[in-house]
Amino acid sequence: MKKHTHQPLLEIKDLTVTYINNSQPEKSGKTILEDLNLIINSGETHVIMGPNGAGKSTLANVLAKHPDYKIINGYIKYLGEDLVNHTPELCAQQGMFLSFQNPVAIPGVSNMQFLKTSLNTIKKFKGEKALDAIDFLNLIKQKIKSLNITEEFLYRSINDDFSGGEKKRNEILQLMLLQPTLAILDEIDSGLDIDALKLIANSIKSVKTSHNAILLITHYQRILKYIQPDVVHILTNKKISLSGDHTLADKLEAEGYSWLHSPPI
Amino acid sequence: MDLKKLINKQYTAGFITEIESEQVPKGLNEDIIKLISKKKNEPDFMLQFRLKAYRHWLTMKEPAWANISYPSINYQDIIYFSAPKTKQAKNLSEIDPKLLETYEKLGIPLHERAALSGIAIDAVFDSISVATTFKEKLKEHGVIFCSFSEAVQNYPELIKKYLGRVVPYSDNFFACLNAAVFTDGSFCYIPKGVRCPMELSTYFRINALATGQFERTLIIAEPDSHVSYLEGCTAPMRDENQLHAAVVELIALDNAQIKYSTVQNWYPGDQNGVGGIYNFVTKRGLCLGKHSKISWTQIETGSSITWKYPSVVLQGDYSSGEFYSVALTNLHQQADTGTKMLHFGKNTSSVIISKGISTSYGKNTYRGQVYVAPNAHNAKNRTQCDSLLLSDTCSAHTFPKIEIKNNTANIEHEATTSKISEEQLFYCSQRGINFEDAISLIVNGFCKQVFKKLPLEFAVEAQKLLEVSLEGSVG
Repeated sequence: MKKHTHQPLLEIKDLTVTYINNSQPEKSGKTILEDLNLIINSGETHVIMGPNGAGKSTLANVLAKHPDYKIINGYIKYLGEDLVNHTPELCAQQGMFLSFQNPVAIPGVSNMQFLKTSLNTIKKFKGEKALDAIDFLNLIKQKIKSLNITEEFLYRSINDDFSGGEKKRNEILQLMLLQPTLAILDEIDSGLDIDALKLIANSIKSVKTSHNAILLITHYQRILKYIQPDVVHILTNKKISLSGDHTLADKLEAEGYSWLHSPPI
Repeated sequence: MDLKKLINKQYTAGFITEIESEQVPKGLNEDIIKLISKKKNEPDFMLQFRLKAYRHWLTMKEPAWANISYPSINYQDIIYFSAPKTKQAKNLSEIDPKLLETYEKLGIPLHERAALSGIAIDAVFDSISVATTFKEKLKEHGVIFCSFSEAVQNYPELIKKYLGRVVPYSDNFFACLNAAVFTDGSFCYIPKGVRCPMELSTYFRINALATGQFERTLIIAEPDSHVSYLEGCTAPMRDENQLHAAVVELIALDNAQIKYSTVQNWYPGDQNGVGGIYNFVTKRGLCLGKHSKISWTQIETGSSITWKYPSVVLQGDYSSGEFYSVALTNLHQQADTGTKMLHFGKNTSSVIISKGISTSYGKNTYRGQVYVAPNAHNAKNRTQCDSLLLSDTCSAHTFPKIEIKNNTANIEHEATTSKISEEQLFYCSQRGINFEDAISLIVNGFCKQVFKKLPLEFAVEAQKLLEVSLEGSVG
């Protein structure tokens, strides 16, 4: 029998990325990730920690194919496919989800309308039937209950005048709704009180299966009390400089990053 | 992300109906005006009104203050009356099938059994009204809804009393021209205490080559009455510019309410700015009675030039005026539009919400005036003007004028100009939503405050129209 080769869900190999944006000439052309390597398998939860400005959020945006980033060396393979020519919407349609640190407001577009458009677009891509207004309402009502969100919240403009906590909860609501294959959660824990943190951590755990994976980007190990990671990575100097098990996070919490002897960014 | 999609605007209403028409010779003089009046078999007071207007018009100059540019219009090169050559239809079953087909194609079935439920329609084709639906049903409620020409014949007293009351013949160059040559339009009269049981609607269609359309609409709402009226407009695609100069007058008496909505989709011209309708329109409402209310909602997506300022004269105490507008300029379209809220009565209030969207080479101007007269105690106005720019070659301009002669007034003015941000687009695309859908979602969100003021059926229509008008035009 032919041996089945194991394929990682996400494979990043020798990745070098520059920032390109004509309206920001002073930053444009800078290398922001260099020779970065990372492998995530189905069923795993990974955490990336690192000092401010190390490139954690950049990595999240690069994976989601933000148009300001250009891959100049190496590759990202997601579900075995090289992402070099992927559009952001294709990544999303193929099950990649990025929760934003500070999601942008779209005035006049109700949360409900946005979520429905998003879910139905992705369903359509998968060849599934789109949900009509009533089915969608039933589904979303279920989800908001567990997140302590009121129905009124669905009719507000998305992220418009949301508090910090509301924005985070709304990102998690989308995570629960879209059931992604790879969830990249960028500082989902920042600015939350302890009850909200618990609620969000439990919601993240509720979507976890053996077929998907979570990449958590955080400054603090406090969320790791609720979500046990399989691997902890430290991102310094534009690359993953150290990986280990959850005890690495404890060490960072106690000693900071200085013992890594990373040069300042 | 491919921002540079080709501009490929689809104008679905651009077909021509092949129908024989009866026209007066090109050009404008007293004989032409007499001929039009004779064709319409008008009473003498109408002819006198027209001639007075024409003689005054000769002394006037085309206004040059608007933020638009166009080659000068040759008023002798326009046909002022053109009517499809079919016998006068007494009822809907006698209408020329070609005309029925035209309206069918535009999504406006005129047969009452097929007609949009709850909407009575007056269909104006070039210079004449070809059909009015649900006339009888409305009559049961005492509501008069008919063509202007019919009203002149059947209700001359009402016409005499109100024609030119809100927009005098001498008001401005285009209104004056209209007073001299207007051919048809709609007339609505809502008697005391009646809440009009249906939406009233006029659908304007320009078809014939080289003609201008000059229609006049008059709506009178007696005390305690209520009416919602909607107009739609389309025209064939032609390389020549065509002039549309209409006048609309609204009169609301004590406690009456008039809601007037427009979805304007005249042919906007092609990608090089060739062709399209010149839309020079004077619309004004008079809140004559106490506690009366007039509300204008307009969705302006068509015309190569739009020049219109639907206004409200707030004369009755406690009266209120509203203006909600979405104006889209794509291709080489130019819109100079806005409103005037003129506060004369006590405790009057007005709201202005204007949303301008420009893309491609579009030029979009908001021009507004808020006036509070010396005796208008406790006047209130809130104005919000937002502009959204979708290309690097378009422009948005705002000219608000605020004139307050009474220090008890409470006036607010807010204005913003924005672009769709890269971050908004990335957020949408990260949620699987493709570029065009994201633009349409964001633009519709931008217009929401206005769309929600439209009658439901038309809100959906307006949203679709905006999508078609924006197709591939962002870059």
